Amino acid sequence: MSRRTSPVIPGFGLTLGYTLVYLSLLVLIPLGAMFVHAAQLTWAEFWAIISAPRVLAALKLSFATAFAAAVINGIIGTLLAWTLVRYTFPGRKVIEAMIDLPFALPTAVAGIALTALYAPSGLVGQFATDLGFKIAYTPIGITLALTFVTLPFVVRTIQPVLADIPREVEEAAACLGAKPLQVFRHVLLPALLPAWLTGFSLAFARGVGEYGSVIFIAGNMPMKTEILPLLIMVKLDQYDYTGATAIGVLMLVVSFILLLLINLLQRQIAKS
Amino acid sequence: MSIRRFALAALASAIFAGPVAAAETLLNVSYDPTRELYSEFNAAFNKHWQAQGNEAITIQQSHGGSGKQARAVIDGLRADVVTLALAGDIDELYKLGKLIPENWQERLPQSSTPYTSTIVFLVRKGNPEGIKDWDDLVKPGVEVITPNPKTSGGARWNFLAAWAYAQQKYGSEEKAQEFVEKLYKNVPVLDTGARGSTITFVNNQIGDVLLAWENEAFLALKEEGGDNFEIVAPSLSILAEPPVAVVDENVDKKGTRKVAEAYLNYLYSDEGQRLAAKHFYRPRNQAIAGEFAKQFPELKLVTIDKDFNGWKTAQPKFFNDGGVFDQIYQAQ
Repeated sequence: MSRRTSPVIPGFGLTLGYTLVYLSLLVLIPLGAMFVHAAQLTWAEFWAIISAPRVLAALKLSFATAFAAAVINGIIGTLLAWTLVRYTFPGRKVIEAMIDLPFALPTAVAGIALTALYAPSGLVGQFATDLGFKIAYTPIGITLALTFVTLPFVVRTIQPVLADIPREVEEAAACLGAKPLQVFRHVLLPALLPAWLTGFSLAFARGVGEYGSVIFIAGNMPMKTEILPLLIMVKLDQYDYTGATAIGVLMLVVSFILLLLINLLQRQIAKS
Repeated sequence: MSIRRFALAALASAIFAGPVAAAETLLNVSYDPTRELYSEFNAAFNKHWQAQGNEAITIQQSHGGSGKQARAVIDGLRADVVTLALAGDIDELYKLGKLIPENWQERLPQSSTPYTSTIVFLVRKGNPEGIKDWDDLVKPGVEVITPNPKTSGGARWNFLAAWAYAQQKYGSEEKAQEFVEKLYKNVPVLDTGARGSTITFVNNQIGDVLLAWENEAFLALKEEGGDNFEIVAPSLSILAEPPVAVVDENVDKKGTRKVAEAYLNYLYSDEGQRLAAKHFYRPRNQAIAGEFAKQFPELKLVTIDKDFNGWKTAQPKFFNDGGVFDQIYQAQ
């Protein structure tokens, strides 16, 4: 199709070839190797590994905390993006730069710092202790670490979209008698939602696989605060490569299905 | 397999690619707490090596969790010698990689273990919980910090020491399992490695007692000056034997067998033994152990070979999937 309309910049064959090679080397071959390795297992063996109670507990924990972190960032991230786009105030540039820091920091450093802060004797953690609950070494701590690591996703995806919506649109809606909440609900939200979903799913996917920052704050108690990537490491430490790839495949499949669903939802929204 | 090998080779070359030196290089792949020992030992060996009329060599050291290091070597990291936390990890070099012969442990004196260590307790200054022996660790309310034995070599020694104590004191395996079950109920955090547990105990102030390598405990005391912690030696512990081996496959390819063997043998020399003791490892040489007798508390020690039939039996029984350690947590 693109051939017939003859695009301004030529080179479809070259760029597509490059794309395929690039994706193959980086994504397809490594992931394919994992599937091939896992294929050494029979169905029964594979099923026995992924249906072990500890694996299921970790599966629930990993996806639930990643989801919670994505939701938190979905809300707070929108707020942050709103503040940065709609207002000018001293220090805005500094905050703007700070948003990306969680990407630059080695995740282990983040994990150790958060643990020190939120451990029962830590600067913030001691208040939680006074109130009778714990942050570090519980699923709350894991969610916290994931929220930190995935902070930039939602902010960065909806910021440009928000900046593109002219203020006049909101003013027009207000002139037509819409209340602030109605402006948000009927004018801003539909425009933002696709980008928001992209940010949400990026944060979610990143959270599911996160290892470095979580292991320090998780406490790693079997059945309670063990994340799936840790179980993969445990299997590797037993030189059980196939068992590790089985869990890897499980994570990949579940993530893929969830991301696919989000994608479908996005398309549905775009249609309406 | 080949993909993993390629990735690791790329990683290794990224880490170790220095200026290309004409001199021979030797790579010692070791575990976490030996960093200080080997940086001093390497210099001493180099001097000794040159005094014998050889060219100076460049010795590189790599440290990390013992199991991860073994995996890196299996996957293609070109180690000339490995000096790991337990024989079980070096066994895998034979089993999975065929990089060394099966009888590797018979090639050097004392089951290829030039120095040993043991497991002791590190408690907070003044020992507020009055912890003296293993029995004090299972008391309600006492918090014990130890890493996860599934991911940490050191933690496996901790677990087996507790097991040996309970089995000797209470007379049966069932009692021993009950004992370790109670002990692990008192563990609030299972870090993935020994250094992680030390951070949890020392920096984050979690727990009343840390189960630690003796050499790590001494190192922690030395670094903080003895103001906040003290070492408690239990009545019985385990002889932790971190063995060493030349990686035949790699030294034969690189032509470094002679220097690699000399390097490991030098660990058994008087100087090597003194350096080990200086870095809080117990020397094998009795005369030199005598010189440092004051430093090391006397303990009754069980061994992995006599009391647990070696790692080949202990690893699957206690730590593999479905083993005793897993049962503890399934039961809860």
